[in-house]
Amino acid sequence: MPALIGRHEDFLVVSGLAGTSRDVAALTEDAAHTYTMAGAMGGACMIGLGLALARPDRRVLVVTGDGESLMNIGALATIAVMNAPNLAIVCVDNGHYGETGYQKSHTSLGVDLEKIAAGSGIKATRTIASQEEIAGGARLLREGNGTALVVLRVKPTDPPAFKRNMDPSACRSRFRAALLGAP
Amino acid sequence: MALTSEEEGVAMLAGTDLGGARGVLLMQSSGTGNCVNMLSLIKGGRFPFLTLVSMRGDFGEGNPWQFPMGQAVQPLLEAMGLICLRIDQPEEVVPTVGAALTMVFQSGQAVAVLLTQKLLGAKQF
Repeated sequence: MPALIGRHEDFLVVSGLAGTSRDVAALTEDAAHTYTMAGAMGGACMIGLGLALARPDRRVLVVTGDGESLMNIGALATIAVMNAPNLAIVCVDNGHYGETGYQKSHTSLGVDLEKIAAGSGIKATRTIASQEEIAGGARLLREGNGTALVVLRVKPTDPPAFKRNMDPSACRSRFRAALLGAP
Repeated sequence: MALTSEEEGVAMLAGTDLGGARGVLLMQSSGTGNCVNMLSLIKGGRFPFLTLVSMRGDFGEGNPWQFPMGQAVQPLLEAMGLICLRIDQPEEVVPTVGAALTMVFQSGQAVAVLLTQKLLGAKQF
């Protein structure tokens, strides 16, 4: 994932609960330009859209998991229709609900998130399952011709044990202070 | 903009606030049930939040399917920390929405303005 994202400071980052928030917090050292979540499952992509529409001058990156995306899969239709050019989504697909005991998610059972995204109308989509494909995916996240979605297929391994601020209000204030200079 | 489900609007408006902008969620009462868990983000995050809700399952409702959620709107939204303001009369609309705007965007609260069927009239079936 770090190779896919590249210089994370180039983005305002929103991450879905569980594994991807730990990944983002570890990668950025819980930086103020990230809003990492430990709840609101299903919300990450739409939070990203709201932020992208509010700040057309900035690149917004949503990093979330397959389970979190599946919970509000209709959001991809809304996101496709709005087609914010500064919005990019990375779906880290390990095919399992890691935080609740690694139950199989639908993506282990045949559901293809890239096809759903493309079928919704997102034009820039890619699935990455090998090292060689990462560079192309990284470029897609930064092209900005329209909303981009990259599915990153990974093995179901444990995320880093990085302690981050889990207070949603403190994180909101911190994010806004860094972005807007105001709480 | 249109949503596929009302819960998308709750999440979206939190993102809007993170970016320093403002928005409002317009929905029918039946959609408030779709918002409940996502309102944890609004309450826990202390996001300012405004929704205008057109009521069903209320005064004069002719569709039985609308009653369970229609009658549960205010208890549910209040359980999730929203202040509910009901409007029954046309002359209340502008002052109440104005009050809600101050409560939300100056005082940082989460407010639902409920446009009741006394105000709107009941849909004919």
